[in-house]
Amino acid sequence: MTARVRVELPAHLCRLGGISHEVEISIEGAVTQRTVLDALELTYPMLEGTIRDHTSKLRRPFIRFFACEQDLSHISPDDPLPAEVIEGKEPFLIIGAIAGG
Amino acid sequence: MSRVRLLVGTRKGAFILTSDGKRKDWSVSGPHFAGWELYHLKGSPVDPNRIYASQTSGWFGQVVQRSDDGGVTWNAVGNKFVYDGEAGTHQWYDGTPHPWEFKRVWHLEPSLTCPDTVFAGAEDAALFRSTDGGNSWEELAGLRTHGTGPAWQPGAGGMCLHTILLDPENPQRIFIAISAAGAFRTDDGGLSWKPINRGLHSQYIPDPTAEVGHCVHHIAMHSSRPGTLFMQKHWDVMRSDDAGESWTEISGNLPTDFGFVIDVHAHEPETLYVVPIKSDSEHFPMDGQLRVYRSRSGGHEWEPLTQGLPQSNCYVNVLRDAMAVDSLDSCGVYFGTTGGQVYVSPDGGDTWQAIVHDLPAVLSVEAQTLP
Repeated sequence: MTARVRVELPAHLCRLGGISHEVEISIEGAVTQRTVLDALELTYPMLEGTIRDHTSKLRRPFIRFFACEQDLSHISPDDPLPAEVIEGKEPFLIIGAIAGG
Repeated sequence: MSRVRLLVGTRKGAFILTSDGKRKDWSVSGPHFAGWELYHLKGSPVDPNRIYASQTSGWFGQVVQRSDDGGVTWNAVGNKFVYDGEAGTHQWYDGTPHPWEFKRVWHLEPSLTCPDTVFAGAEDAALFRSTDGGNSWEELAGLRTHGTGPAWQPGAGGMCLHTILLDPENPQRIFIAISAAGAFRTDDGGLSWKPINRGLHSQYIPDPTAEVGHCVHHIAMHSSRPGTLFMQKHWDVMRSDDAGESWTEISGNLPTDFGFVIDVHAHEPETLYVVPIKSDSEHFPMDGQLRVYRSRSGGHEWEPLTQGLPQSNCYVNVLRDAMAVDSLDSCGVYFGTTGGQVYVSPDGGDTWQAIVHDLPAVLSVEAQTLP
């Protein structure tokens, strides 16, 4: 089954990728942070390294993940995302932490 | 008539300033990559419309941009900078071992002969090279794995490789500088490196004449004399006439020999420019007067250049990559400040005017002389 997941990106990454505020990506199989980010980077390769490390695939320190009013930043990248995200009812939010000037 | 294009990197984006050969009236484009830190932009000497830019962010990491049309349009190219093999450790500020961690690219140096080849100086200190227009990067690991590497320490701004000088007469020879490890040279295209710090004296380190550990701020070279190097160290202005084998101090009558920038006149290899800064704890000009100092004798004797520069209440800094010269008959000299001004002197430093007053803090300035 193909899930169509909505992903919202911070403005800086939207400009970098030449994409709108929200993108929709198709995912076969499990819908997790890892599969969402894999699919996002496959479609927009210029985003590689800007959300998670190229090699370790760890989230960059000032990036946070939210959905359905939950902070998902610290769950396992292989945990399933909420059903509302998988069903396309709610977006998966990639946020630049509020810090600095 | 020739034109000049300035590539200006700032804390909040890149700006491109262009003028005809009179260098009086300027047009400004930007900000490009608004909101990002643009540490450095530089054009290929072979193809001036090929420009590379280092775009960084504490949030989103490193991006490298490339333009093939003189900065009108840009494309993100490769940003995967991975240390070759086991990264190992260097010294942290407190002297403990600290893992090498890539943070950003401070300086991009396009090849003198091939527009697709470009070198990148990184923090934590390492030299990378791309031979495919920036799409992929490989580390020239002989530098980082030099036997002294575990003893290198960061300067206050991080352990950055900020200076890359390519020898126009010897393609196998490259000079680099790292804060606060010092200067290094390769004579085999980057396979092996040697520290070139003999003659430097840094009283703030345990052994003031150590082989490594000197906080070199910038090095400049005139293309007609690649064996002669000029250095602005943390304190002290230095020169070498034997490709870095030995250095002698040329601070002479400078009011303070702390500073960041140093550059050489395009047509006079013994005419130098520095911007003296009060001290390492007060990063602004002495007495609130912004003065460029020029030596026409290769150092030792310096004259202040003040006409058109603010001579009261000026407390900006001029960072290490923020000075450049053009190669028009009357050499233009440029520098940018942390206050957002970019100044031009179309007459080798005699007179100055601000091109722009209110940019974000300027990190780097490069000048391109175009037909």
